[in-house]
Amino acid sequence: MTAIEDNVLTLDPEEARRARQERLERIGKWVLPLAIMVLAIVLWDRICVWNAIPQYILPRPGVVLQTLHSDAGLLFSSLLVTLRITFLSLLLAVIGGVGLAVLFAQSKWVEMSFFPFAIVLQVTPIVAIFPLINIYVDNQTVKLLLCAWIVAFFPILSNTTLGLNSVDRNLRDLFKLNGATRWQQLRYLRLPAAMPYFLGGLKIAGGLSLIGAVVAEFVAGAQGQSSGLASRIIEAGYRLNAPRLFAALILISLTGILIFLVLSLVSHLILRRWHESALKQER
Amino acid sequence: MIREKVTETPAASGEAPMLLALRNVGKIFSNGVTALSKVDLAIREGDFLSLLGPSGCGKSTALRLIAGLSTPTSGQLDWRGSIDRSNIGFVFQEPTLLPWASVFDNVWLPLRLKNVSRARAEPAVMEMLSRVHLTGFENAVPRELSGGMKMRVSIARAMVTKPRILLMDEPFAALDEITRFKLNNDLLELWQDERFTVVFVTHSVFESVFLSSRVVVMAARPGRVHGELPINAPYPRDEAFRTSPGYAALCRQASGVLVDAINSTAGSHNDGH
Repeated sequence: MTAIEDNVLTLDPEEARRARQERLERIGKWVLPLAIMVLAIVLWDRICVWNAIPQYILPRPGVVLQTLHSDAGLLFSSLLVTLRITFLSLLLAVIGGVGLAVLFAQSKWVEMSFFPFAIVLQVTPIVAIFPLINIYVDNQTVKLLLCAWIVAFFPILSNTTLGLNSVDRNLRDLFKLNGATRWQQLRYLRLPAAMPYFLGGLKIAGGLSLIGAVVAEFVAGAQGQSSGLASRIIEAGYRLNAPRLFAALILISLTGILIFLVLSLVSHLILRRWHESALKQER
Repeated sequence: MIREKVTETPAASGEAPMLLALRNVGKIFSNGVTALSKVDLAIREGDFLSLLGPSGCGKSTALRLIAGLSTPTSGQLDWRGSIDRSNIGFVFQEPTLLPWASVFDNVWLPLRLKNVSRARAEPAVMEMLSRVHLTGFENAVPRELSGGMKMRVSIARAMVTKPRILLMDEPFAALDEITRFKLNNDLLELWQDERFTVVFVTHSVFESVFLSSRVVVMAARPGRVHGELPINAPYPRDEAFRTSPGYAALCRQASGVLVDAINSTAGSHNDGH
């Protein structure tokens, strides 16, 4: 940035314009969404005031913020419950997804035989499966985990499988030429080659495991069996406690954003030295 | 797969012993294409042999057969003594490096696959890197290197196991001419120091003549050996050789054989790929 500013006087008009454009874009990327958000919040507040909307229908943003503070104990302990399910199911999705992908990669026949079932599991709405899980599984945590796992593991499985299978042909020959064992080929070639694909899947799965956890809690929470954020939302809905409902909703959104950012950072740190996706565009 | 067969042809008048003989080798792909037909080829210990020919003449197929990456449909490959894949180095048309691994780790790879630890491999890897003039780049990753440097890494990797035979599949085809000349010189230097055997696939007349002790010209459809040309110019060959009348004459001669080979296929469409 400083380099551009120092040079700005010596640049020809075209380059100067380009540099200015870049600087504006860099600032705009952060400022514009923030401005829109602030504007929307102000508008939300004004609409409440202008139309004299009662708090139990649409609370003013200030009230939501207040609730977030006053109900912090309740909300954050619920958030922890939801987070525990989210991360445990994401962990299981990683283990299950990568494990199955490695298994599939061992033989085309295994992949052909089992991949369709993974798809069946993926396309069946989890809300429809949950009542069954509810009958067969007793443990509350296991129930929720299973639910979130089913939602989250597929993108990891499908992406990692794709990655394991898209190794350069010459590199495969090179390993063959050097007498690599199956394990060596997996360890030194296929797993690293699949890494960018896996990380792409992980980013999707991170969001999905949160969604899976919340949906599972919703279904379970309807029966008064859960203490996660979703059950707080349902509870607040019953009690017409709209401010708490909004506060919980905001917490879930923020959590989702945070998960995405953290996983993006992890992905960037792992790939930054070698993968195209992590490299800066050069002119 | 280890192929061993002891067959010593009667050494022709004081020449180096035979390393490998292709006898009546043919290869037909499952789609019915005859890639090679009745190829006879003798490769002697210490040869720098170029396979020169138009695209589709089966040069690369021949190389893959020698490497054991593919098996012949007919005929056989007779190696002198026993040879396994660790005696074979292979350089692909692209550098074919592991993009996530450092230069050091890329060169270490063949040794690593033989369970040689990093510490034990280090002297060999560092020596090979210095031989290809890449000392100081061991921690770089491939994308930080130029095309020529990547190819040097690829050569270092192929040579780190000290193979008896180095197979090169148009390794410099994608490089600019200046880089290509430099790599030609360095490759020759390496070869003269170590005296391994090289089979070098190329479609460049000039490159094949500059490098080789023998040029084997191949013709297409079906892929076969059309003729052979000994390059009786002394080594070391350097820039002076590249501009000498002798080199020009040899290139003319090789071109003649190549044109002849291409014409021998005329009648079928001659556009390659």
